[in-house]
Amino acid sequence: MSELVAAEDVLLFVNAAVTATGQREFRSTAAAQHFSLRFVHEYVRVNYRPVYAAALALDINHHNAALIVEQLLRTADEAGGPEEKRAEGRLIAARLALLPPQRVYRLFRALRAAGVNNRRTRAITRAWLAARPDPALDAVKYRSGLKAALRHVHGRLPDPETGDFLFAPGRRVRYENPTLDAFRRARYEQSALYELPFTVAEGFAARHGVPRELFLERIAPRMTRLEQLRTERAADLTVMPLTRLALYVLSLPYGERVARRAELTAALRAAARRAAGPYAGSWGRVAAVLDDSFSSSGSAVKRRRPLAVALGCHHLLEALAAPGAYTPLWTSGGDDPLLVRPYGPTPLGTRILDALDTGPERLVIVSDGWDNAPPGLAGEVLRVWRSRLDPERRTSVVHLNPVYDAEGFDVRRLAPSVPVAGIRDAEDLAALVEIAQFAEGRTGFAELRAYLDRRVELFLAGATGEGARG
Amino acid sequence: MSRIDLSGLDVRPAQVWGGVRLVPLVRAEPVPGLRLHREVYGGFGAVDLPDRTTYLSYVPHGFVADWTGTGSGAESAAYGTRLGGEVTAADSMPVRRLHRMAKRRRDKDGRAERRLRFLPLHLALEGYLALHFGGPSVVWDEWSREAVRHGLSPRSEAAYAGWSVPGLAEALRIFELHPGQCGMLLYVADALAAAFVVPHPEDYRLLHPTLVEDLYGELVHQYAYYGAPVPEFTARIRDGAGGVRSLADLRAAAREQERAWAAAHDGLMARDLLETSYAFERVQRMGPFDLYRFLPPFLRGGAEQHIGELITDRKGRTVYLKTFRLSENQIRKGHLLRRLADCDWHLGRTAEALGTSYAEVVRRIRSAGLDPLLNAHVVTERLREDQES
Repeated sequence: MSELVAAEDVLLFVNAAVTATGQREFRSTAAAQHFSLRFVHEYVRVNYRPVYAAALALDINHHNAALIVEQLLRTADEAGGPEEKRAEGRLIAARLALLPPQRVYRLFRALRAAGVNNRRTRAITRAWLAARPDPALDAVKYRSGLKAALRHVHGRLPDPETGDFLFAPGRRVRYENPTLDAFRRARYEQSALYELPFTVAEGFAARHGVPRELFLERIAPRMTRLEQLRTERAADLTVMPLTRLALYVLSLPYGERVARRAELTAALRAAARRAAGPYAGSWGRVAAVLDDSFSSSGSAVKRRRPLAVALGCHHLLEALAAPGAYTPLWTSGGDDPLLVRPYGPTPLGTRILDALDTGPERLVIVSDGWDNAPPGLAGEVLRVWRSRLDPERRTSVVHLNPVYDAEGFDVRRLAPSVPVAGIRDAEDLAALVEIAQFAEGRTGFAELRAYLDRRVELFLAGATGEGARG
Repeated sequence: MSRIDLSGLDVRPAQVWGGVRLVPLVRAEPVPGLRLHREVYGGFGAVDLPDRTTYLSYVPHGFVADWTGTGSGAESAAYGTRLGGEVTAADSMPVRRLHRMAKRRRDKDGRAERRLRFLPLHLALEGYLALHFGGPSVVWDEWSREAVRHGLSPRSEAAYAGWSVPGLAEALRIFELHPGQCGMLLYVADALAAAFVVPHPEDYRLLHPTLVEDLYGELVHQYAYYGAPVPEFTARIRDGAGGVRSLADLRAAAREQERAWAAAHDGLMARDLLETSYAFERVQRMGPFDLYRFLPPFLRGGAEQHIGELITDRKGRTVYLKTFRLSENQIRKGHLLRRLADCDWHLGRTAEALGTSYAEVVRRIRSAGLDPLLNAHVVTERLREDQES
């Protein structure tokens, strides 16, 4: 019994760590999300510390990864023996290498504010800083973050020039390093702007009064992919990850979506095929119930995220299913995935019935778990289907939920008999379906631990492999 | 016409948020020939009353009923809708003369257009406030000179704006509109708080956000404040032995759930609104449509009492409806005024009709806030006589 409880707790935590970002959602405020998430973290950290660390190896979101690292380093003395500490350290180092640098700098700052300065923290910070590919770029782009981190851990300066740039800016008249020198010159000459990273150059451009249009056009080659998207410049759609691409498509007005239908559909399909990888075409007959009700519009900070996940899942499932054996069912009744919009109620129950009508091998439901036309019908349909019509489990049903429910400390589920997994990026769908099988309550904690250990091993192997390549 | 006829509007399953339950009403076909728009006013509104007084008010928005028929060209759905008011100086507030509660719009040449502007719920409230506005018609000794001369003026009632009703704004924000939705019944702590119906789904979509700026009764505010979250009527499929054997059976059972909900709602939750007989008063004719205000019978004994306004088509079906739920105090006041008027404002006869004593009637008048209307001296005298006898 306690084993089952433990397994449930862990899955709950994984769902939270995948979906929750502490930001406002459609139905709950940022504060509620934040408090709820803090509680879940503390609960799992205290009760299942090894599992808590192992979650770093899963496809959890950056916010939670940073939170886990912070919590682990803050409570180093609870880790147990030196063996456990070493294991945690390796996981932390591997995860930090994957996090975007601005998040890591923010994490270091949080550690500093909390007064965490143990030997392990210092070692981890120094190792991460040492592994940064271009310290001069970091010094320009994340100046205060890098300064704070170096001060906090008494780190050695990457090189004398960067050191002077950070801590003694008046000492040198010019720098050998082109990035640092561009930063120095940017104060006086406009042409130097375009040798700097976009975010840094933006401030200088404003000071020089460069027209925005002109600035954007000339800085374009220095922009990252996301920055190009954000400033609405034509980005290269063929290399974008699936969910990002879906978000981009949904941000376009209908007219443009129709006009660029071929291009957008091709890009979405290509991204889905990439995400499906070796599993493409291996799932047999698949039916999907996809939620495009009003609540899938998300919130001001997570605009249309649930809908984008559904759209991404639609294309990914199309790639995973055997050719021609895929049936998508949107809750609004629409059949043009490119023109979906968040509107209307959520009649999940009837849509699930329609999906079961097609006799699928797998049924995937992508929804925030609120079912309101009529409420609770989806759960009832699934329960009766499982107990009366399909007790031999010919059809496997999985519910993927992109929204963290702050009140329930988990993602909302439709019925106890249907495994649910949190989802943030459509790309993770295959891995999440694997985790969801544990949520059915038929496998115990031991299997779950074994699964986690396997994932940790893969993760660490991947990290060192990457390190060797880099 | 004595009842509200909601035929043509289907009930869909409710959506619940905390103590607020929202029941969508859906039309299979929009009503042809009538559209309702929102007109946004900036600043204060001034209304000229027939007795040459003016009252100043802040009016968030007005409604424009347009029965020119859709697709008639220049007058489109968005006519009259605009954000903000006219440009104003920073130190002054614009005052807009509204002339009358319901007013035909006129074009530049002064011809009456086929459009009517009215302020939501003001018709209904005016009806309630003007209840026996004239005061006593026979000069009984008990009434003060003021009452005989000027009637019950001025009278006022308090109401709460939607955004000050706890949880309502959030519930309206996350509500998921149904396709074809033309109305909504709003319950707070499972008491019917308001009903709102418009002719066209597009109008509803535009007017849905205005619900948070509307007036709600004291009762609604209190229920929202002290009430607990209401339960959701979740679907329940009975699957006992031999119940569900195939997918078709399951589908039939699911359909049955939806039907059961609609029947239960109409018979149980909205009964008082739909089955009470109201006193209707026609305010305005608009082609095939009639604009009414209605008053409840002011019966005491627990039944809900709503005042409101509605537009009906030729067959008497509701095209537009907006209601305001009276609080217990307001019902009592209405009841008392009705009885007083029935008995020609004679206190003794009213006491008989109500089956109570003279003293009790005086107490009721005072507790209804009509104390200044009584001639204190005469009333005290009469009370003393009663006691001595």
